[in-house]
Formats: sequence, C-alpha cells, structure tokens
Amino acid sequence: MKCAEFLNELTNYLDGAIDERTKAELEDHLAWCHNCYVVCDTTKKTIEIYRDSQLYELPEDLRTRLRTAIVSKCHARKKAGPEHV
Amino acid sequence: MTTIQPKIDTPVTDELALVQAAKGGDVGAFEDLVRRYDRNVFRIAQHITQNREDAEDVVQDAFLKAYSNLHQFQGQSKFYTWLVRIAVNEALMRLRRRRPERMVSLDEEVKTEEDSLPREVADWSPNPEQQYNQAELREILTRTIQGLPASFRTVFVLRDVEGLSTEETAEALDLSIPAVKSRLLRARLQLRERLSRFFQRREATNGKQKPETGDTDQ
Repeated sequence: MKCAEFLNELTNYLDGAIDERTKAELEDHLAWCHNCYVVCDTTKKTIEIYRDSQLYELPEDLRTRLRTAIVSKCHARKKAGPEHV
Repeated sequence: MTTIQPKIDTPVTDELALVQAAKGGDVGAFEDLVRRYDRNVFRIAQHITQNREDAEDVVQDAFLKAYSNLHQFQGQSKFYTWLVRIAVNEALMRLRRRRPERMVSLDEEVKTEEDSLPREVADWSPNPEQQYNQAELREILTRTIQGLPASFRTVFVLRDVEGLSTEETAEALDLSIPAVKSRLLRARLQLRERLSRFFQRREATNGKQKPETGDTDQ
C-alpha cells in the first residue's frame, strides 16, 4: 500500500467504516510508515481537540432570550393559523 | 491506533411524541425541542456565518421555520437532521448576504493549495492543547477552522463536532455520501496541517507560537 492510498482511506479508517481486511492492510502500512502514522495520529487529535473544544457555547442569558422570542412568535403564528407561514 | 468514538446520541425515544404534539399545536412541546437543540443550532450557525448576530438570527429563524413547516416533516429522518438542514440553509443565506463578492455553495468543488499530500509530518506534543491557555487555544482553533472554505467547514462541523453520521450529514447538506467523505477528508487534513504549526513537538520548552491573524476564508 502506498501513502496516497492510505490517505484516501484515512477518514474511513478513523471512523471505523472499513472491512477487517482493509483495516489490516492500513495497520500494516502504519507499522512501518512513520509519516503516515504521524499524519493519522495528529488527524485523530485534531478531531478530538475540536470535538472537546467549547467553541461557540450559547450563553445561558442569550439562550433564554432567544427561546422566549421563539416561543412567543410560535404562539403568534398559532393564533394566526396554519396558513401564516 | 483506535478509531474516533462517535458521540453518544441524545435520547430520541420521546422526540417523535414531542414533534407530534407540536404539530397538534402544543407550543410547550415545541419549546422542549428548542431546549434540546438550540445549543447545537447556535454552534453550527456560528461556525458557518462566523458572526454572532447572524448566528442568533439563524437560531430564531430556523426554529420558527421548523415550527411553521412541521406538517412537512414526515418522520423519515430524525427531527434533528431535518432541523439542521433548515439551519444550514439559513446560515448560508446570511453568509452569502454578508459576502456577496464570494460564491458560497456547498456544491462547489473547492480546489485549494493544501489538497496535496500532507507537508507537515512532525509529531505533536503529547498534550498539545495544554501548551496554551484556554483563551489562546480558543483563538487558535477558531481562526484555524475559519480559514477553511465554507463547504469543508460545514461538513467538518456536522460530522466531527456535532457527531452526525455520514448519511445524516449528506441528508442535511443535500450532498452525496462520496462528496461528504471527500470534503471531510480534506477538511480534516487541512485542519491538521494548520494546527501542526502550533502543536508540533518542540525541542525548546518555551517555543510557543502566537496565533496568526487575518481571515483567510474562501
């Protein structure tokens, strides 16, 4: 397996969306190709860092304000009837 | 090497019941759906629009649009996937309005200079995120993801941040599954490449690198 082929399968590999045979081939490649090992490992870390990051959390006061506005408009639309879209 | 563990799904057992009640005019049931997903919609909207006010508007408009069109929700997909689809469209509309000089489309085949094989293959520190304080780390992560084209950013956020499956992402974005996979791979590799500048293992212990400034979005 060449590095380019490994990279093509990287997303499927990290997501566990490959069959056992392909997985074994990829892991065989990883065992001797340090560059691909590093790329794979750091790509996995990239995903985990973003997944665990708390970017763009919705502050509780803003959350309440938005929800109140949404619910109030829903009530208004309900009164106006289903045609009012 | 272990694979990425999927996020644990929010319980959906009573979700259909809430949707049915809301369809029948129960605003309280709809409010429960808002509580369940408002944080996700806000996060997605801010990642796409990169603007706080726009994200607030997207949250309101997406939920109101969902409420007004509940009768069209047939239940073949999850309510959340349906809602995300509405929210993404609202967010893209605002992004286009704010940046009319740029074509913003999820269908575009974006060619970038970083599509080639990875260039930066230095290993990272064992706990790279601990090299920076929270504010610095947030700035690095925000600026790095903002530099991705909108179509890559959106796929990455839905798949890897929000934990939607490939199929759900394809459905929410109206893309084919191969298109989602291709964008996801390129998004992941580009983010990895860019983060390597900040997280790679250094000989010197004090070798922090300041986050770059400047919006490189395309």
